[in-house]
Formats: sequence, C-alpha cells, structure tokens
Amino acid sequence: MARNSILGVFAKSPIKPLEKHIRMVTKCCNQLIPFFAACAEQDWTTAAKVRKKLSKLEQDADVLKRKLRLELPGGLFMPVDRADLLELLTQQDKIANKAKDIAGRVLGRKLEIPEAIQEQFSAYLQRCIDAAEKAADAINELDDLLETGFRGREVELVENMINQLDEIENDTDTMQVELRHDLMLIENTINPIDAMFLYQIIEWVGDLADLAERVGARLEILLARN
Amino acid sequence: MDILLSHGSVLVLIAAAVGFFMAWGIGANDVANAMGTSVGSKALTIKQAIIIAMVFEFAGAYLAGGEVTSTIRKGIIDASYFVDTPELLVFGMISALFAAATWLLIASILGWPVSTTHSIVGAIIGFAAFGVSPDTVAWGKVLGIVGSWIVTPLISGVIAFLIFNSAQKLIFDTDHPLKQAKRYVPFYMMLAGFVLALVTIKKGLKHVGLDIGATEGYIYAIAVSVIVALIGKFFIGRLKFDEKASKNDHYANVEKVFAVLMVVTACCMAFAHGSNDVANAIGPLAAVVGIVDNGGEIVKKTPLAWWILPLGGFGIVAGLAIFGHRVIATIGKGITHLTPSRGFAAELAAACTVVIASGTGLPISTTQTLVGAVLGVGMARGIAAINMGVVRNIVVSWVITLPVGAGLSIFFFTIMKAVFA
Repeated sequence: MARNSILGVFAKSPIKPLEKHIRMVTKCCNQLIPFFAACAEQDWTTAAKVRKKLSKLEQDADVLKRKLRLELPGGLFMPVDRADLLELLTQQDKIANKAKDIAGRVLGRKLEIPEAIQEQFSAYLQRCIDAAEKAADAINELDDLLETGFRGREVELVENMINQLDEIENDTDTMQVELRHDLMLIENTINPIDAMFLYQIIEWVGDLADLAERVGARLEILLARN
Repeated sequence: MDILLSHGSVLVLIAAAVGFFMAWGIGANDVANAMGTSVGSKALTIKQAIIIAMVFEFAGAYLAGGEVTSTIRKGIIDASYFVDTPELLVFGMISALFAAATWLLIASILGWPVSTTHSIVGAIIGFAAFGVSPDTVAWGKVLGIVGSWIVTPLISGVIAFLIFNSAQKLIFDTDHPLKQAKRYVPFYMMLAGFVLALVTIKKGLKHVGLDIGATEGYIYAIAVSVIVALIGKFFIGRLKFDEKASKNDHYANVEKVFAVLMVVTACCMAFAHGSNDVANAIGPLAAVVGIVDNGGEIVKKTPLAWWILPLGGFGIVAGLAIFGHRVIATIGKGITHLTPSRGFAAELAAACTVVIASGTGLPISTTQTLVGAVLGVGMARGIAAINMGVVRNIVVSWVITLPVGAGLSIFFFTIMKAVFA
C-alpha cells in the first residue's frame, strides 16, 4: 500500500530522546549516594553491586546517545541547530561518565571517606547531584520551548532554571573549598596515597556539578541562537 | 468522425470506467494528506476519519469541483486543432486517463509519493504534443499551471507560517495558554469555515442550480463560519481538563483544545482535496462525453453532464472506503509526534491555498501545498524535525511524474489509434 509522502517528511523529534537521556544520566548519578553509603559501612559487596547498576545505567545512556546521533542525519531541518543539540548530548553524557569513574576509582582502591569529614562529604555529594537534577529539569522544558517556538515566557522560565543551576554550582565550589581544607587538617592521620586519591575524588564529585552547569550553558547557547 | 458515431457510447463507457478507476486511486492514495495528521495526533479514530473524509471529499468534489474540471478539460489543449479529428481528442483523453491511473497504481505499489495532478497534466500534454502536434498544447496555459506548482507551495508556506506565528503570539506565549486557547481556537475555526463556505458559494453552487450574488455570498459565508465556530466552541466546552495539571503539563490540555480544531481543519482539507483533485479523474472524462454527445463537434461551451461530478465523487469515496483505512493506519503510526497545535497550521494553510487556487481554476497539487505548509510551520519553529531528504525525494518524484505520465499516454494513444482506426 502506498506510503504517503507526507508521512516521511516528519522526522522523529530529537527532543524526547534527549530528555530521556538526561533522566538516565541523573539516575546514574543518584546511584552514587547508596554507593558511598555502602563504602562508609565498608560493605564492599553492596558497593560492588551498586557500581554494577551504575555502570549499567551509564551503558544504557551511551546506547541512547549513539542512537540519537544516528537519528540526527545532516538533512534534518530543525528549529534548533543540529550541532548545538549534539554538543548538548555530549555534555550530558560526560556527567554519567564522570559518575562511573568516581565509583570505579573508589571501589578499586576500597577507598574510605574518613569519619571526620563523612557528613560534610555526603552533603557535598548531594549538592553536586542536585546540580545534575536541575540540569535535567531545564532540559525537560525543551519540548515546551519547542511548543512556544523559543519565545517569551517559557524561555524566561528556562533562563531562571539555568541561573539556579549556576547558584548550585557556586554552592558546591564553596563546599569543595571547605571540604579540602578539613581534609588537610586530618590528612596526616591517613595513608598518604589514600589522601591523594581522596583529593581527587572530591574534585571529581565537584566535576559532576561543573558538567551539569556546562549542560545549562549549552542549553543557553541553543536558546540564544533562536 | 464516424468512429465517434458508431462507437460513441463504447468510448464514453471506457472513459467513465477509467475515470472512475482514476478517482478511486486518488481516494485511496491522497486521503492520507487530509486525514493522516488528525489520526496521527489522535484527534480522530481511523473510523471517524474515514467517515469524515467520505462526506467532505464528496461534498468538495460535487460542490466545488467544476472549476478545475473545466481547466483540465479545455485549458491545457487548444481544441481548435481537433475540429477535423475530434476522435483523436477522445482517444487522447482516454489514453491520458489510462496513463495517469496506471502510473498512480505503479507508484502506489512501489510506495512513491506522486501527485495526481502532475500525472494527469503530464499525460494530457504528452498525447497532444507528441501524439498529435506541439501546436495543440496551449503552452501559455500550461506554463501557468506549472508556475502554480511553484507558487502555491510558497503561498501555503507563508500562510502556515503566519497562522502558526499568530497561534504562538495569542496562545502559547502567554500566562494562561489554556484560557487563551479556549478563547482563540474558535476564531481559527471561523477562518476555516469562512474560506470553505465562500469558495463553495462563489464557485460551486452554480451547477447545483443556486446562483447567489456577491454580497449575499459573503453574508452566507460569514453565517456559516459563525456556525462552525459555535459548534467548535460547544465541543471545546465539553472537553474535560486535568485541572490539577502542574505547570509542566499545561500544554497537554492546550493540545486537547487544538485537537478539536484539528478535526475542523481535516474536514477543510478533505473538502479542498475533493474539490481540486476530482478534476484529475473527471476532466478528461468530461471532455470525452462532451465531444460524443455533440456528435463529434467540439463545442466551446458545453455544460458538464450531470452524472460526471457525482461519478468522480463516488470514485474517491470508494477508494477511501476500500483502501483508506489501511493508508491512514500506516500514517497514523508514523506521525504521532506531530501535535495538533502544529498540525493544524499546516493543514489549515494547505486547505485555504487549495480552495483559493481551485477557485481560480488552476489544477494545483494538493501534496505540494501540504508540503509547502509543513515547511512553513517548520520555519516558524513549530515542528521538531523535518526530514529534508524526504522532501527532496518528494520533489524528485513530482518532476519524474511529468515525463512518465507523458510517455505512458503516448503509448496508450498509439495503441488506441491502432485499435479503433
């Protein structure tokens, strides 16, 4: 039977999979909370299980990323620039990769967060994940943005979200400075190599928020061009 | 000449059969243009879509199909060349119908999008220019038709762009999109109703036996548009909204309002399609009947035989009834990501363009106007992604259709001459 000509004209919207992707990424980050909780308990089997789950989510996000890239051939006429969209996708994906790196590194060294800074670290981790969640919320507005043709109120709403995201990222920076300072006070009591790695992990967790902010920045660029 | 006298009724029968076949093909094929988007966006079920399409396609064909028919019948060919050999014109028109219908069938089987208008125009030019002589074609008129194929997508694109932009300004880009949608959507319905009513009154009702003056026509058209808007308002009033919907979901409610509008624009599109495309099937048939009825004389002014328009209308409806649901089913799945708020602008613009162009008597391509309109909405950033590769393929298939239609019709024309002469 005839495939109607008009049917093929509408390509699959890239917006929905992009949203799905960022949701998956935040889910992946969220696994870090039970992961570090298990590490604090020194329950390495549970930690390994959680890491496996996290790594699976990261892989799923990768699959989705690849699919999206393939679904965005050059001949698509879209309301947003294709390069911007792919750049946004790449940034989103980096968040999940970072989460996977953190879990892998901590589990590989059976690294413990010292008792003295544990609570502070948890709060810091939570705040960094908040940034990723906020980025996801902003991306989630994309289809409504499309509905309004990137104009007016909806844009203001997203701009607000991006501003909030920046604030969260600022928070995490301050927290990171404090955390590093407190770690320095007790670093003589722990194995020097572990201390080195702890500094690195703190930095990496902070990177989650940085990367989330970058997603916001890419989104802003996408809006600015429209 | 004596061929026409001895075989006249046979020729008319053949022409009628092929014309019906062509109309059937048009119904089976192009119904998707009118209904696909509404089914795709879940505004209508397939069953409802078929019934609506039947009613409006037939109404369009019967009430507003006469104008384009006469262009296909008399405009493309300069009939004065056929005064001595009217049978050639009869053979030619039958061949053209055969050719176009065959090409439609082949294209349908292969799944290529072709324009029914292009195929019939190509076929008529083919037999006249190559089978008889290039002088027989009214090239000026043909240029006008071909020009309209370029101009009409542009026009519908611009209209779609404007409609979608106005919807954004009035509805989406406001504090309360839902309230605004309830307020303004009836006006879009009014516009749709007005354009259709006006063209029907101005162009279509003459041959039904009603002749209405210009001022009266406008008054009636406005009355009809108000009635359409009121009916729409009633249905919008009956919608159930998820009042507790958070800020994030309010567009889902707005879409519900647009779904009602989508049904109205789908009706328009079906009507417009019927009025424009029925001519492709029955124009040549009308020419044959006209010649045979006048005993081989080519008369400038013959009224359309009373049974011809309904035949075309029934042909389209038959095609719809038998194959329509299958076509729509494939489409409906394909464009679920086309929301009513985006689809309506494209459809309304395409319908308006087709209807206006039908009024001028130019046979335009419905598919083309719709593609133009879709691109217009895309330009207004209303569609998530348009596959330009597909658009290119569609354009290529349009271009190919002309020579293929011409070639096939020359082939059939030669055979017919051999058989009857």
